Amino acid sequence: MAKGEVKLLGSWPSPYVMRARIALNLKSVEYEFLEEKLGVKSELLLKSNPVHKKIPVLLHHSKPICESLVIVQYIDEVWSSGPAILPSDPYDRAVARFWASYVDEKFFPALRALPMAQGKEAMEAAMHPVKEGLALLEDAYANHSKGGPFFGGGQISYLDVAFGCFLGVIRVSEKVTGVALINEHTTPGLAGWAEEFCAHPAVEDVMPDTDKLTEFINRIIKMKSQSPN
Amino acid sequence: MTKVVVLLDFWLSPFGMRVRVALAEKGVEYEYREEDLGNKSQLLLQMNPVHKKIPVLIHNGKPICESLVIVQYIDETWKNKAPLLPSDPYQRAEARFWGDYIDKQIYSCGRRLWTTKGEEQEAAKKELIECFKVLEEHLGDRTYFGGDNLGFVDVALIPFYSWFYAFETCGNFKMEEWCPKIVSWAKTCMQRESVSKSLVDPLKVCHDFVLPRRKTLGLD
Repeated sequence: MAKGEVKLLGSWPSPYVMRARIALNLKSVEYEFLEEKLGVKSELLLKSNPVHKKIPVLLHHSKPICESLVIVQYIDEVWSSGPAILPSDPYDRAVARFWASYVDEKFFPALRALPMAQGKEAMEAAMHPVKEGLALLEDAYANHSKGGPFFGGGQISYLDVAFGCFLGVIRVSEKVTGVALINEHTTPGLAGWAEEFCAHPAVEDVMPDTDKLTEFINRIIKMKSQSPN
Repeated sequence: MTKVVVLLDFWLSPFGMRVRVALAEKGVEYEYREEDLGNKSQLLLQMNPVHKKIPVLIHNGKPICESLVIVQYIDETWKNKAPLLPSDPYQRAEARFWGDYIDKQIYSCGRRLWTTKGEEQEAAKKELIECFKVLEEHLGDRTYFGGDNLGFVDVALIPFYSWFYAFETCGNFKMEEWCPKIVSWAKTCMQRESVSKSLVDPLKVCHDFVLPRRKTLGLD
């Protein structure tokens, strides 16, 4: 397949963009990565995602697909000869979708607030829902991974991609707070899973370096504190 | 639990209505159980421990939660009748995108509209109308969002038709004036039994729930 057929609008720090990149890598799809600059949205982005004006956007034969989990499912369905990302059983699919939705609606909003928390009290308050979320995800891993190492069992699957993309931000939060959010004692399953996930060939090149991501997040926090909106 | 399919629901929940419509489209027999949200049943707490919310579909004892996850499950399990998602991957992606849009925008704007007053309410109303206009543009000249047949996006959106009268009463406006195509689309959907039997009376939503609740909240 010619590279020009598949393009991905994104940026290296975005966990949502990472989902799309991991999915494309899992299917061995060659694509052109168009990096969006921070603070400036390209014409192509605005044209391709007029509703949300957000990355990632997958362009397949110039047709845009938006929303990271929609993109992942699209990739899974189009390149169906590659390893399956969603399981085949409808119930297993529903479980994977449920937890991916939980990660997006509850877990990540809590996680995102953590590096922003200023002061000990604020940090402890911000930590609580994140730890709760990780406990639920640890349970989900125990219940559904069928021995692992991935949520999908022996192979990386939808929920691994949906949740694993946030490991970069989790590591930054751990560095900033000095608290090991994922660890052998409270989340042994997730601790093992995180290592396997980050070492996976489809993931290792797109998972951002923790120091680089910490610097980036600090820059964002500074930008936000300098401009009120 | 004697029936194979059980739905834990609440009468005016648009999310619950989505599941009712999907099950009706597929001709699936099920047991409907009304939850008292002020006193949630053991079954609900056991079947949805993460969110403790309805709707929950219980199929052969196993729970499925989150309305659009449930609708896709129904579509994939009872696949021989009334497909809700198209077969083409690009069209499926489009349908999922708009389902996600409806989830993110319509419910929260609508909720802000009926739970606030003054400037905040006015802002919510403007935003809600804007969202419906975006959907109207996407609908275009089609009968349904699904084309010739009721599809995933239609199922995701139509339950909010039960709430139009409540929105209009609280916001003092008429949907017909701002989004006539959406209103005519909704009326077309209501001609299907799967929809008319699943949705609740908009007057009841407004007079039995929304207006009394506004009084309790001290808004009126």
